[in-house]
Amino acid sequence: MNNLLIELSNISKTYYGAGEPVHALRSVALSVKRGEMFAIMGPSGSGKSTLMNLLGCLDKPDCGEYIFAGQDVMALNKDQLAYFRNTLIGFVFQSFNLLGRASALENVVLPLVYAGVKAKEREIRGREMLALVGLEGREHHLPQQLSGGQQQRVAIARALVNRPGLLLADEPTGALDTKTSMDIMTLLQRLHRETGLTVAIVTHEPEIARYCERVIRLSDGEIVSTEMVSNPQSGHLPVNPREIQPVF
Amino acid sequence: MDLLSSLQMAWRSILVNKMRSGLTMLGVIIGVAAVITMVALSQGTASGITDRISSMGANLLTIIPGGSGGPIRGLSSARLSMGDVEALRDLPLVKHVAPEAGIDGVTTVVGSTTWTTSVTGTTPELRNIRNLSTVQGDFFNQDDVDRKSKVAVLGQTTASNLFLNGSSPLGQVLRINGIDFTVIGILEPKGGGAGGMDQDDIIYIPITTAQQRFLGSESVRLINVQAISSEAIPSLKEYITTLLRQRHRLADTAEDDFWIQDMSEILSTMEDTTRMLTFLLGGIAAVSLIVGGIGIINIMLVSVTERTREIGIRMAIGATTRAILSQFLIEALLLCFIGGLFGVMIGWGTSQVLGTLANLTMKVSPWLIGVSLGFAVIIGLVFGYYPAYKAANMNPIDALRFE
Repeated sequence: MNNLLIELSNISKTYYGAGEPVHALRSVALSVKRGEMFAIMGPSGSGKSTLMNLLGCLDKPDCGEYIFAGQDVMALNKDQLAYFRNTLIGFVFQSFNLLGRASALENVVLPLVYAGVKAKEREIRGREMLALVGLEGREHHLPQQLSGGQQQRVAIARALVNRPGLLLADEPTGALDTKTSMDIMTLLQRLHRETGLTVAIVTHEPEIARYCERVIRLSDGEIVSTEMVSNPQSGHLPVNPREIQPVF
Repeated sequence: MDLLSSLQMAWRSILVNKMRSGLTMLGVIIGVAAVITMVALSQGTASGITDRISSMGANLLTIIPGGSGGPIRGLSSARLSMGDVEALRDLPLVKHVAPEAGIDGVTTVVGSTTWTTSVTGTTPELRNIRNLSTVQGDFFNQDDVDRKSKVAVLGQTTASNLFLNGSSPLGQVLRINGIDFTVIGILEPKGGGAGGMDQDDIIYIPITTAQQRFLGSESVRLINVQAISSEAIPSLKEYITTLLRQRHRLADTAEDDFWIQDMSEILSTMEDTTRMLTFLLGGIAAVSLIVGGIGIINIMLVSVTERTREIGIRMAIGATTRAILSQFLIEALLLCFIGGLFGVMIGWGTSQVLGTLANLTMKVSPWLIGVSLGFAVIIGLVFGYYPAYKAANMNPIDALRFE
């Protein structure tokens, strides 16, 4: 079986609005192996959000090829894309995006509801995931009763409850303080290492990117560099500028 | 996504903002309550009228002297005679025949109590025609008619107004227009008849006695003819017409000198009228239900817009178009169903109150409740569809960015 989870080739996306058309992505090519943890960096307008939306099957490129786990994404219809998002991909957002009136457990099991999983099994798996992210005991708390870091952990549990192959995190630490940010990144790293999950982090902060094995930089809709990180950041040690060897 | 989860999700959403849900439901509640109250009123009126008409006798034809202009008594020389009565009895399709002849506004006296009422002379068959049964004593029989006995059968109202001391009226003497009669029976109460008259304020005596003592002639005021069945009525009317025309020696070109009042025709006209009334009132109330539906579409649209972010999240997590569509549609349906239930309760309650306070007959049938609820649910389906459609076809990326 192919070791590549993601193969993008010749991907372009243009937005037609009121003014000039915006070429968000131009002929982007990218390959990601299973089990990689990589960062997508770039200034605003570089196309990193667009790339993330495409990777997450929330949108389709105008042209090009996207093979995910051997499946041609371009050939999928709306319902099939929804199925992908439900079972193969997990999302984590900057602003957590939890349902405010539902408890932590209810939030976590929502993907299972859409997958048609029965209530009893949903509860078991939901509790499992919450324990995995260290929130055992807080199943019935509402989001407003949880701190930012805890809410993000609920979001991570939700993203992983259906055992997806890919976790997409869009500025996961953007709304969190430094210490909590590091907690979250450590958690993601741990999950990545323990389960072989493929993780993609969109960020504009180098300190966060350093937790990953590879850093892809975008500018003006094109990938301008790919760097391997020789010693990814671990835990909460103060960050020293490390040698990053460009490989491209 | 199974139905139970959908219902639970919808129920949750409704509870989230109780005020808004309540206001949305208000239109449906009022609409359903109005439909139920209006239709209960018209159906109650209808059945009240039907019952009254039916209590006067089933399959009843009443023959009245006078031309086709109706019962213009005393204005023509037309008469119905006892001979007519006997002839009618021999007709096929006839179950019972009973003539009536009497006087109204008669003063009756028992001891020192007086009571003004109607005295009707008739034959024992009237008992079968009008389903009269006695609570005390008995009706008079053919013997009494043959012998012109001075016996009387009283209705409840008359009896209670004449015999005040509570003792049994049976065997006691009742003076009618100066002539003494013996009370031999008291009738079971019957309530009001068509035209609002009290069927219990009556005294029946043998027709022969009435003719001899009070009327001075052998003519009858009317003849009741009961058909063997309702299907027999049209044919029977023809037989009667032919017979009486022959007996009265009417020329072919002459009009009938009698008139046959067909209670079943009257009944069916009344039923048509009340049915129209039901539809009219129900229709007006249904309009208010539609207005309630407009409230639904309004609020659901607002709700969808407010929950744009939530919809984006659900789509990102893997909700299909159909899942979002059914989520919001089920919400609308649930709102309407619950509103409908409240409306049924309020409508039923209002019917009870009106029935007691305003002394109206109100009839709330299970059919009415079912149709009202069904209509409310259809309103939810029709008016809830567009907002649900809008929600389901949002672009997830834009939705997620929504503030």
